[in-house]
Amino acid sequence: MYTKQNFINIEPADLFNRVQDMKAEGYRLVQICCTTLKSGFEVLYSFDLDGELVSLRLDMPANTEIDSISKIYWPAFIYENEMKDLFGLKIRHIELDFGGHFFRVAEETPWAPKTKAEVE
Amino acid sequence: MAVMKIKNVVLRSLFKKPATLLYPVVCREYPEKGKGHIAVDMSTCICCSICAKKCPADAIKVDRANKSWEISRMSCVQCGCCVDCCPKGSLTMENTYTQPDVSLTVDTFFKPEEEAPAEAAEK
Amino acid sequence: MGKRTVIPFGPQHPVLPEPVHLDLVLDDEKVVDVIPSIGFVHRGLEKLVEIREYPEMVYVSERICGICSFGHGWGYSHAVEGLLNAEVPERAEYLRTIWHELSRIHSHLLWLGLLADGFGFESLFMHCWKLRETVLDLFEETTGGRVIFSVCRVGGVSRDMDKETLNKVVKTLRGMEKEIKELTDVFFEDYSVGNRLKGVGFITKEQAMELCAVGPVARGSGIRQDMRLSGPGIYNELGFEPIVFEEGDCWARCMVRIGELFQSIDLIEKAVEKIPEGDIIVPIKGVLPAGEAYMARLEQPRGEAIYYVRGQGTKFLERFRVRTPTCMNIPAMVKMLQGCDLADVPMMILTIDPCISCTER
Repeated sequence: MYTKQNFINIEPADLFNRVQDMKAEGYRLVQICCTTLKSGFEVLYSFDLDGELVSLRLDMPANTEIDSISKIYWPAFIYENEMKDLFGLKIRHIELDFGGHFFRVAEETPWAPKTKAEVE
Repeated sequence: MAVMKIKNVVLRSLFKKPATLLYPVVCREYPEKGKGHIAVDMSTCICCSICAKKCPADAIKVDRANKSWEISRMSCVQCGCCVDCCPKGSLTMENTYTQPDVSLTVDTFFKPEEEAPAEAAEK
Repeated sequence: MGKRTVIPFGPQHPVLPEPVHLDLVLDDEKVVDVIPSIGFVHRGLEKLVEIREYPEMVYVSERICGICSFGHGWGYSHAVEGLLNAEVPERAEYLRTIWHELSRIHSHLLWLGLLADGFGFESLFMHCWKLRETVLDLFEETTGGRVIFSVCRVGGVSRDMDKETLNKVVKTLRGMEKEIKELTDVFFEDYSVGNRLKGVGFITKEQAMELCAVGPVARGSGIRQDMRLSGPGIYNELGFEPIVFEEGDCWARCMVRIGELFQSIDLIEKAVEKIPEGDIIVPIKGVLPAGEAYMARLEQPRGEAIYYVRGQGTKFLERFRVRTPTCMNIPAMVKMLQGCDLADVPMMILTIDPCISCTER
């Protein structure tokens, strides 16, 4: 009844190449999701091929800059803008970059990890 | 390609009684298991405030000192979470809706005294 | 070449009461480029997991959207059950499937009405919504709620349906079938409806794959993709086979949804025949395992939805994420709109069945 979960840990530097491989194998982009952890961010890139779900997991410090995959999968711009607006993730070269105005939020990057100074 | 394919449906509905009711003259019957509003039986309530803690909409407030139980009718989303978690079964889901109102309504119920049971609804 | 004009579409627009904003770049009557933007009503419901324990979060997740509410509750429950590896009673899965398929009927009837309203066919709109009312009455009778049911729990469902009620549901739906047929024949055959839908908003199978379209948009372009084949529920036991149309235009997407209306009625009847006796809920206690994650997929009326949960060793989840089908269909919509006439823009926006409130949890 429950499907097996495939999470593959990768390094931020490998991301672009891994996603390019996925595209060549015919995978469909399902979603990109960001989670704030104590140590930074966990970013999940999920792909689907014939009902099989595979997720690439990035664990990285909050200030890491990653490459946009919207050159490979154009629909990724929605998720990348979302992560940029809500989490303050640094993403380079988004195809359709809204520059932080995709979501109209009252405070900037509301879900970004709080630094010690901000908590106090 | 047909033209005016819908004419049969439209013509038939001319001779049928309307699908709507003439509210408020004719009211709809509430189904037996409907979710209308939360009712509380204060004689069994022990003011444990589990319902207030679990309520997803934060609509319930319990005051242990005054032995009162209050619900903000407009915040309540009729999920029935409080009914499920009440350890004494004091809360029930009634099938009738609350009356329409022009201001935010907060209903407060007090635990009855030993001799004189009193129940007050305040606006 | 004419002068380029930019027309802002939305966030308030008569054709779509939901806040989506599109900047349509026009070259005379032709749309050459579209810039979508959303985020007018972002509520941050996902963040509520930090203050709501996981059994109560199901009520919040149900309220993400009014139309696909049962599916959201089910998707969340399924994801948490998967995280805890809990055994859910079979009867509960059957009941969930029945309610979910009923939601699909109600959602598709609502959408057919909106589409009819979109191309100005008012009486068709009214008749579709009149039929939808019958489904809402069935919901109220079986769950207590007309739109949001609050019957799905982590570990099962909270209300049972007895044999009599189940038979009544099937009987009512079978009674409706003839009326639905009459209305869908209008979509099938009427000359004016065909003129507005056929050949409009065309995307090929390759384009749909490239744009990662989901749900009826993908199935209308010939992709056999339906999460009911692999997701939660008992669809495999009911012999489910997705409805696929090859045309790839607005008409095909409309036909997919119409086909699913009748298919859902059949599925409910089969489920009622097969439903086993037994418990409807198992008590689920304990904390969610730290660092573990589960990703559940569910076919909503609008397409595939993703529910991602991650535990942190307490009763609170670390992260709950919903990816709704509309989110994935916006890129497809943008590509569809490029090169179309301005007058056809509402048709294309409607045929992806946008649910912006879902998208902005």
